[in-house]
Amino acid sequence: MSEKSVKKSFLQDFKPGEFFRKYTMIIALVVVTIVFALWPGKKGLILQPANVTGLIAENAYVFVLATGMLLCILTGGNIDLSVGSVVCFAAAIGCVMMAGGVSMWLAVAVMLAIGLAIGAFQGFWIAKVRVPAFIATLAGMYAFRGFSNVVLNGYRVDITNEKFLMLFGNGKTSYIPDVIRQNSESLNAAFSKDNAFLTGLIGQNFVAKFNLTCMCIGIVGALIFVLLRVRKMSVEKKLGISQAIPGQIVSTVVIAVLVLWVSFKLSCYRGFPMVLIWIGLVLGIYAYVTNKTAIGRHLYAVGGNEKATALSGVKTRNVYWFAYANIGLLAGLAGILTAGRAKGIDPVYGEGYEMDAIASCFIGGASAYGGTGKVSGMIIGAILMGVINKGMIIVGVDANYQKVVKGIVLLIAVMFDVLSKRQKR
Amino acid sequence: MAKILLEMKNITKTFPGVKALDNVNLQVEEGEIHALVGENGAGKSTLMNVLSGIYPYGTYEGDIIYNGQVCKFSNIKDSEKLGIVIIHQELALVPEMTIGENMYLGNERGHSFAINWNQTYAEADKYLKMVGLEESSKIQVKTIGTGKQQLVEIAKALAKKAKLLILDEPTSSLNEEDSRALLDLMLSFKKQGMTMIIISHKLNEVSYVADKITVIRDGSTIETIDNQGKEPVSEERIIKGMVGREITNRFPKRENVKIGPVRMEVDHWTVHHPLYPERKVVDDVSMYVRQGEVVGIYGLMGAGRTELAMSIFGQSYGVNFSGELKLDGKHIKLRKSEADAIKHKIAYVTEDRKGNGLVLSQSIKVNTSLANLGAISKNTVIDGDKEYAVAEEYRDKLKIKTPSVEQLVGNLSGGNQQKVLLAKWMFAEPDILLLDEPTRGIDVGAKYEIYCIINDLAAAGKCVVLISSELPEVLGMSDRIYIMNEAKIIGEMKASEATQENIMAAILRSGRGA
Repeated sequence: MSEKSVKKSFLQDFKPGEFFRKYTMIIALVVVTIVFALWPGKKGLILQPANVTGLIAENAYVFVLATGMLLCILTGGNIDLSVGSVVCFAAAIGCVMMAGGVSMWLAVAVMLAIGLAIGAFQGFWIAKVRVPAFIATLAGMYAFRGFSNVVLNGYRVDITNEKFLMLFGNGKTSYIPDVIRQNSESLNAAFSKDNAFLTGLIGQNFVAKFNLTCMCIGIVGALIFVLLRVRKMSVEKKLGISQAIPGQIVSTVVIAVLVLWVSFKLSCYRGFPMVLIWIGLVLGIYAYVTNKTAIGRHLYAVGGNEKATALSGVKTRNVYWFAYANIGLLAGLAGILTAGRAKGIDPVYGEGYEMDAIASCFIGGASAYGGTGKVSGMIIGAILMGVINKGMIIVGVDANYQKVVKGIVLLIAVMFDVLSKRQKR
Repeated sequence: MAKILLEMKNITKTFPGVKALDNVNLQVEEGEIHALVGENGAGKSTLMNVLSGIYPYGTYEGDIIYNGQVCKFSNIKDSEKLGIVIIHQELALVPEMTIGENMYLGNERGHSFAINWNQTYAEADKYLKMVGLEESSKIQVKTIGTGKQQLVEIAKALAKKAKLLILDEPTSSLNEEDSRALLDLMLSFKKQGMTMIIISHKLNEVSYVADKITVIRDGSTIETIDNQGKEPVSEERIIKGMVGREITNRFPKRENVKIGPVRMEVDHWTVHHPLYPERKVVDDVSMYVRQGEVVGIYGLMGAGRTELAMSIFGQSYGVNFSGELKLDGKHIKLRKSEADAIKHKIAYVTEDRKGNGLVLSQSIKVNTSLANLGAISKNTVIDGDKEYAVAEEYRDKLKIKTPSVEQLVGNLSGGNQQKVLLAKWMFAEPDILLLDEPTRGIDVGAKYEIYCIINDLAAAGKCVVLISSELPEVLGMSDRIYIMNEAKIIGEMKASEATQENIMAAILRSGRGA
């Protein structure tokens, strides 16, 4: 096949309508970022390394909670309103324990266990007693907010455990140290303002501090991602399901470039944040669980048609239970990250977290009726919300109007989803 | 001759891929009771939906002439304004609301911002008396029985000032006594000048109450029988019109019929309704299936066929089970678990493929593997390539027409959806397949293909139970036929002995005897 005909078939396969429908939110994300980046007087500010790093650190809880929320939403549009309170409660217990001198690892384990136990408890009412999820978790939202106050006695409790703050926090220490530069004198020496090539590449302000380890992690990550996608595409081609290849290539390139770009920005600041490890782990594990495992399949099937799933021999009630126990566990983790970032816990922390998680899922394309939605979509939704938040702060939008804008974004995103589905019929 | 109140002229209604009505003509005289009869899916309900405006003007061809005027209804309100009121087969009452509230739902008395409750209940009571109900209209609907609820439906219709009352299977959920009372009520309305159309499967009721009987078959009017003579029209005469089609090669020939030993046996199987535990939906049923055999279960809607099949399949329907299930002669301990049934190699292919069978928002691949994920996964991790290969295999085997097995099932035609459903259960590798209306609502070509699949399954030594309300299908496909009526098995015939007439006659006999 000549190169010309390859190009032609590539273009023929490319259906703009389908492409835009599939990647609406990625396009929206790019557009919103560009708008903020070009904002008069604040040009490029949102793309500053410190802001990119901040975006990840500040939204760590959203990624973690939205992952759990996505699983609940998949089962049929069910949501968990209690996560904000559970975050606070789990963190409160952990902080009080650490303040009392308990070892950090025990505190972490207890926080996760409490989250899981609360999730399983609420899941019991939802799955076995069939209390509507909205009500069972609304009850949890009140109750655990109250318990948090009880545990904290109404006051803030601080964390002084350095190791905890290093692993889960957001301070100067909470980054992967640059082991490459530390161990190689010659490489380290190369990164100075005198090196014209590197200065040109990285920029004068950042070259001295540039975190080589972080950049390497990013490059390796992007490579692994591309390899996995290429493998998947080649297998699909072999099987004859070469659907929307152009779109897949474009999205692979875009995501790989994005990964490289983000790791470059991170390297220019303080390097690879510890929280990103936890976020990455959660997102990776759950992307796998939803895509590749039987329980993941059951989540989609229950949301798509509960009766048909039950008649296929799946114990649908256990699927609900799993989803709610799981979001409890993740709320425990989000509690750890929240406490780490704030260096302590206050009885009001976590308020409204549930709504951020829910909004991220729906903006990311999850169906309000369940059965459809992906971790990848949810990630885009969460980033979009994060960028809008950060961007509005940077350009100085009034705090009250920020909420208005968030509301409008949510409405428009879901409207797009509903309309594009209607057209298909 | 009395005045013609309603004339439906050359009504044709097509759904995507199906011609539901083909040039149907219907004339109803003022003050008569006109019956519409025909098999399931013949088009009776579609015709009435056209008449009442559920399918608005423009979605069908032909004319509705009511009271000498051509009508162009765009919704139910329009037809109700002229006094055409339809009472649907399923009761459309809100159980938690009072009788009075139900009767004037959407038709509230007084101002819509200030409902006049005194007027509501006073008028409701008046209409309740007309239908012979003593109850106050202030009690909740859920506190009265189904028979009385049906009467409330009629009172509701009267409250809308009905001139032409359409009753769709009004007695399907009533017992003998309530049915007779309802029919007598209809006759008394007729004396007062009301015009009525009744749709019914129960031919004895039709010949008792109707003045004229119009037979619809396959979307066309076949004949209108006059029933005003001294002797009521015999049921056999009506049946002849209903089933009198010629069957040429609609069913593939069975080859390699090798019938082996009995694989599944059900003894004295009784199941109760999940919401009304006092009602038996399956009553003392005993039956068996042999290896390589296709056993037909014929019965009208509501005869208990689906309930029987679902209760055998891991007790997925009903409560208070009793009876015995034997597989290969061994007693099976009963548990309420579909997974258990699958483990015992029983499969139930539902009649309601969209509601109970398929996950429409997922791909063919996902649906195919859903009932047997274990076979394509290791430690609960799904092997995507293997899953794909399985889906492809069944797509080939069952000739599922689709560009890719990644296609969403919701985008497929009914026939292809049915094949995906079959694929799902064939992949679960059952020995006993309970097929519930496997050809409902799909076109003739796809039906033939599904019949071929059924024959292949039987030839491969599977036991097939074919549940159907289409008589020709049961006759054409089965080796042996059970006839079900009112929750009981009322007869068993070899395929060679069975005919449409003697099966129908058996059902009618049992209906009369009850």
